[in-house]
Amino acid sequence: MSAPPRPAGNAPAGSLAVYLGLGMLLGIIFVKSEVASWFRIQEMFRFQSIHMYGVIGGAVLVGAVGVALLKRTGAKTSRGEPIQFPDAAERRPGVRHLAGGTCFGLGWGLLGACPGPIYALLGSGMGVMVVALASAVAGAWVYGMFRPHLPH
Amino acid sequence: MTRERTGSFTTTHPGIRAPLWAAPGEGFCFGVPATIVRLMIEILREPWPWYVAGPLIGLVVPFVYWFGGRKWGVSQSLQHLCAATLPRGIEYFRYDWRKEGGWNLAMVAGILLGGFVGGRVLSSPAEVVAISPATRADLTQLGVTDFTGMVPGDVFSFAALLTPTGFVLIVVGGFLVGFGARWAHGCTSGHAISGLSTLQPSSLIAVIGFFLGGLVSTHVLLPLLF
Repeated sequence: MSAPPRPAGNAPAGSLAVYLGLGMLLGIIFVKSEVASWFRIQEMFRFQSIHMYGVIGGAVLVGAVGVALLKRTGAKTSRGEPIQFPDAAERRPGVRHLAGGTCFGLGWGLLGACPGPIYALLGSGMGVMVVALASAVAGAWVYGMFRPHLPH
Repeated sequence: MTRERTGSFTTTHPGIRAPLWAAPGEGFCFGVPATIVRLMIEILREPWPWYVAGPLIGLVVPFVYWFGGRKWGVSQSLQHLCAATLPRGIEYFRYDWRKEGGWNLAMVAGILLGGFVGGRVLSSPAEVVAISPATRADLTQLGVTDFTGMVPGDVFSFAALLTPTGFVLIVVGGFLVGFGARWAHGCTSGHAISGLSTLQPSSLIAVIGFFLGGLVSTHVLLPLLF
C-alpha cells in the first residue's frame, strides 16, 4: 500500500503504538509512585515530605540534562527534522501563566490529581474519576469558549 | 517507615499462574526462572520511590522531543477531546485534531491502560499510602477518616458527588484543572516538567501559580469543605 506523502506532524500508526506504550509506562509510574494519590498532593501542599518534590525535581533534572544534550549535539528528530524547542513567544511569561496557573492549582489542591493522574486513576478502576475527567474536558471547553475575552 | 500490609506474597495473585509462585527450580516463565520473575514482581508491586519515578518521568521529555519533535504535555488532550467531540465552531477547537492530537490521545489511552496495570496487576501490597505522620495528623484533624487506597474513599465515590464536599472536590476541582491548564497552556507535565526542563520563564510563573492556587485550596478551601 503506497501512502500519500504525510504532512509533518501526522503520526503514522506505528508511532501511535509507541505513544500508547509510552503512556502505559507513565500510567504505571503515576500509580506506583503514588503521585496520583490525593494524600500525596496534600502532603506536598503542606510541605511535609520530599516525595512529590523529589519526583518533580528529579524529572526536571533528568529532563533538563536530556534537552541540553539534544541541543548541544544538534540532534534531529527520529524523522530527520530539526527539533523545534519553545520559541521566544512561548517562553515569555504572561497573565495567562499566573492566572491560569492559579486556577489550575486551585483545582489540583481540591481534586488531588492533575490530568495525567486523572487518566491513571480512571484506568486503575476508580470509576468516579470519569466525572473528574468530564469536568476537566468541560473546563477546557469553557476556556475555549471564553478565550477571546480572557487576558493572556 | 512502617507500612501496613495485607497478607504475604505467598497468596495467589490474580492474573498470575501458579508456576510463577513455585519454589526455586520448579518452573520457568518465558524462559526466565520463576524465582527471578517472582522477585521482580515483588519489587515492582511495592510503591516506587521518588528517585526512581522522577528520573523515569524526566526521560519522557527528551524522548518525545527526539521521537516526534514535540513538547510533552498531558493537558492538551483535553483540548483535543473537545475538538473531536464538540467543536461547535469555536476557534480554539477548529483544527485537525487527528493530525495535531493523535499522538497525544494515543498517549493518554496508554495512561489509562498503565493505570490498570499499576493499580490492578502490580497492585501494591501496602493498604495505605505512606504519607508523613504530620500530614496524616493534619488530615485527621480536617475530618478525613478513610486513609486506605490512593484517595479518601468516603469523598471520592459516586454517592459522595451528591454531598457538597464530594461535588466541590471532584466536579469543581476537575473543572478548574481543565480550565486552568488550558488557560495557562500547560499543566504539571507541560509546565512543571517539560517547561522547567527547557528553562522557560513562562513555565516558572505558571508553577508559581500552581502553588498559589494549591495553597489556597489546601489551607483555605478544604477546612471549609470538611
